[in-house]
This record gives sequence, structure tokens and C-alpha cells, in this order.
Amino acid sequence: MHIEIDEIAKSFGSTTALHPVSLAIPSGALVALLGPSGSGKTTLLRILGGLEFPTSGRVLFDGQDATGLSVQERRAGFVFQSYALFRHMTVFENIAYGLRARPRRTRPPQAEIERRVTRLLELIQLPQIAKRFPSQLSGGQRQRVALARALAIEPRMLLLDEPFGALDARVRKELRQGLREIHDSTGLTTVFVTHDQDEAMELADLVVVMSMGRIEQVGRPQDIRARPATPFVREFIET
Amino acid sequence: MFDDALHPTPATAGRPAKWRPATEESRLTRILLIAAALGGLAILVVAPLAVVFAEALARGAAQAVTSLTRPEATSAIRLTLIVAAISVPVNAVFGIAAAWTITKFDFRGKAFLITLIDLPFSISPVVAGLALVLLFGTNSLIGGWLVASGFPIIFALPGIVLASIFVTFPFVARELIPVMIEQGRAEEEAALTLGASGWRAFLTVTLPNIKWALLYGVLLCNARAMGEFGAVAVVSGKIRGQTATMPITIEMLYNEYLSVAAFSLAAVLAALGLLTLALKTLLEWRHADQLAAGRRH
Repeated sequence: MHIEIDEIAKSFGSTTALHPVSLAIPSGALVALLGPSGSGKTTLLRILGGLEFPTSGRVLFDGQDATGLSVQERRAGFVFQSYALFRHMTVFENIAYGLRARPRRTRPPQAEIERRVTRLLELIQLPQIAKRFPSQLSGGQRQRVALARALAIEPRMLLLDEPFGALDARVRKELRQGLREIHDSTGLTTVFVTHDQDEAMELADLVVVMSMGRIEQVGRPQDIRARPATPFVREFIET
Repeated sequence: MFDDALHPTPATAGRPAKWRPATEESRLTRILLIAAALGGLAILVVAPLAVVFAEALARGAAQAVTSLTRPEATSAIRLTLIVAAISVPVNAVFGIAAAWTITKFDFRGKAFLITLIDLPFSISPVVAGLALVLLFGTNSLIGGWLVASGFPIIFALPGIVLASIFVTFPFVARELIPVMIEQGRAEEEAALTLGASGWRAFLTVTLPNIKWALLYGVLLCNARAMGEFGAVAVVSGKIRGQTATMPITIEMLYNEYLSVAAFSLAAVLAALGLLTLALKTLLEWRHADQLAAGRRH
């Protein structure tokens, strides 16, 4: 799905989180929102997911105005920073949650839910953990379960908030590859937030560098490396 | 002082220093601390409880039971249970709503709202009762009209329920707020992004996550609702057999030197408290695995 962000601004009381920003995300792209904390990248992601509403501006999904769509209507697969798995539910129930939450007439029967959850567990390469609780999983496993849970609703796009933030370096590298593969096999437009420029540069097709609520530069990783548009970008990608 | 450390005295130089973890106290200190704790517990909790039951049974179990079957005792027990049955659910709902509002949303005056929830803790129950009398008593505008239309609040059940609700209001909210702050909003947000309605997210995500804190809050609230004296004493008018709850009847019987009757009723009240405690322990024991899983995450 093609996403267009049109002059989106957001302020919380007297603090401005986002100055009007515009951005076009081509269908099927893997995009990184890169910036230090307080740059507005998470706010922008949450606006896309419908968890936050912009003070002004519009969001367009495939050319249609989606600004007023509720979080449920957006059908965005959202992976939260600390994964926000439902702690009192098994992995199976976590992944099945979105399917069970559907209105009765579109809710798949139990057998179909089981089939889909099993397939998702295979996709994240953890077929044997369905009966465990989140507290019994490692950080990397939790991240992949959160991803499977987000994919279960057959989302129109995938939004990830610092998906690798809570992991150690080795697992991080492994899961980067995992996300790339899932993106390539599903073809979903994917936006992830990160403050790690290596991660952004290695994984994304398109990198959006943000600072102080503004977009500093948008481009392919190699172009940003070769031609930083502003002194901020130059300094940020060097460190 | 430094000399001592550098050149150990002969007494300790001979044997190797005993190693023990930094957080552990010496044997003597441990024994003293445990003895102090048990002693305090015995004097403040066990002894009074034992005295209540001993006094109740002082002239035999038969007399204690007879005193409990007298109409003023049965009506007091019934009234107390009715008051608890109304005020506890009401406060559970209000408490959840208040904790939800405070922890899941940002708004102006939030600190003020938290203070307001704590108000019943800082105000004397007698003052609260008097405030209700002034507001709903026969001489007030609202009270006069209510009495005229046959629905009196003061010296009647509604007043007792209102006073109990006021006094026990903070318990549920106070238990829930820290738990809900610690859990944050992420799980609810996740439920919403997965297509759940706000109500469904509350029932399937929030409520299971807070159920233990809610249970503690409800039990505390219940214990206080059944035991409340001051506020209820003011609004109830202490009409024997009609508006006298268990604590008030106990006081009246005691003042009339009917010590077996007073202590028998007191024993029932204490037993009700012990029953809720046992219930809580039983639930904790049966769901120990769940509790542990919830904490570890």
C-alpha cells in the first residue's frame, strides 16, 4: 500500500513534536525513520498507525484520505518497542487475538484460526512455542511473536517501533535478516523506527533522517551516505 | 581505629573471619528482629482477636449463639451484609473507572483528581457523616424534599450506604493505580491495533492484568465497609433493629454491659474478616503459577 504523509504536524500542549512534514512511501517499500530520541519519529509512526492524531495535515493510503480512520480501521500491523505481548495469554492466544477480535461475520472458525497461527509460527521459525507464556520467552522470541501477532490480522502495512531496541547485538543482527525476509515474502509496506544508523542503512530501501520534529533528508542508504543533505545528517551518520 | 583494622586484636587474629553475604545479619540480630516482629504481632493482632472469641464464649457457646439469634443481632448482621453488598460493587466500578482514567489518559487536573480520591483517607469519618447529614438531613433543601417524597436518606439505609461508599472509596483505586501505571498502555494499544474495540481491550487485556490488585482492593474495601463505625454512627441515627449495623450494635450492647452479646457479635464480625482473608489466601494458592508468571514478565 502506498502511504502519503501530507503536511502532518503534531503538538502536545505547548511542545511541538512534529513540524509540518511530508513524505511519500512507495508501495512495498521497507522504510526506516532514523533519528535521535525526541526527533518525532515515533510520533510519526504512531500517527500512521492511528494511535495518535495529527494536529494538522493528512495521511493518504493508496490516495484515499485516511486521517480520520480509527486505529482499528487502519489495519496496521504494529510492533511495539517492548513488544507489549499480552502477558496472561499463551503465544497461541496472543497471535490469535486479532482474529478472535473480528466481528462475528468475518471471524474465521476455530480450525481456520489454528491453521493460520500454526503457519505464522512456522514463518517466524518458532513452531514449538505455541503453549508458552511471554514470560517464558527470550527477547528475540518475543520480538518474533509480536511480529507474528501483527501479521495475523492480514495488515495493510507493518509499523515497527524500535523493533530491535531491547535485544543484544548478536540477536539483533539475526532478526534484521528475519524482518527483511518477512518483508520480502509478504510484500507489505513496512515502516520501522530506529536510532541506530547501521540498522537503518543495512536494512531499509529508503531512509528518512529526522531531527527536532523535522525531516532532514529522505533517500536510499547509499545516497545519504554519499551526499548528506545537512550538517546534522552528516554528523549523525558518522557517529 | 585504623590501627585495629590493620593489626587485628589477638582474639580475632587466630581464627579465620567468618564470611557471610552482605545483605545478611548476624544470628543474634536475626533472632532479635524475628522475636520483635512476632511479639508485636502477638500483642497487636493475636491477643485482641483471642480476647474477642474468649469473651464471647465466656458463659458457654449456647449463650453466645442465643445472643446472636436475637432480632437486634440478626438485623444488624443483615444490614451490614446489605451495606457491603451494595457499596463494594459500586466502589469496584468507580475505582476501576478512576484508576483507568488516571493511568491511561493525560489531562489537566489529574494531580487534583488523585488528591480527591485520597480525601476519604484524610478526612475523619465523623466529619464525612456530618457532611452527609447537613446535605441530606430533614432541615436541608434536598433532604426536606426527599423526606417529603417518602425517600429519606439520613437515618435510613441510603445514608448508611452513602457513608460507607465515601469512606471506602479510595481502596480499589489506590490498589489499581500503581499496578496500572507500571503496566502502561502498550498492551491496550496493541489490542486496539489488532482490531479490538475499547471495551473488548478492557475485558480481555486490562481486566485480566489487574485482577489480583482488584481482588485485594475489593477485599480491603469489603473489610472496611463491614467495619465502618464513625461515619455510619452519625448518619444512621442508631435505631435499634433498623439502622444499627454490626459495629454500632456491638457498641450499644457493650455500653449496656451485655458483654456476651457484644463479643459474640464482634466475633462474627471478626470471623467475616477472617473469612475474606482465607478466601484471598485460597485464591492466591490456587493461582500461584499465574501470579508468578504475571510478575516475571
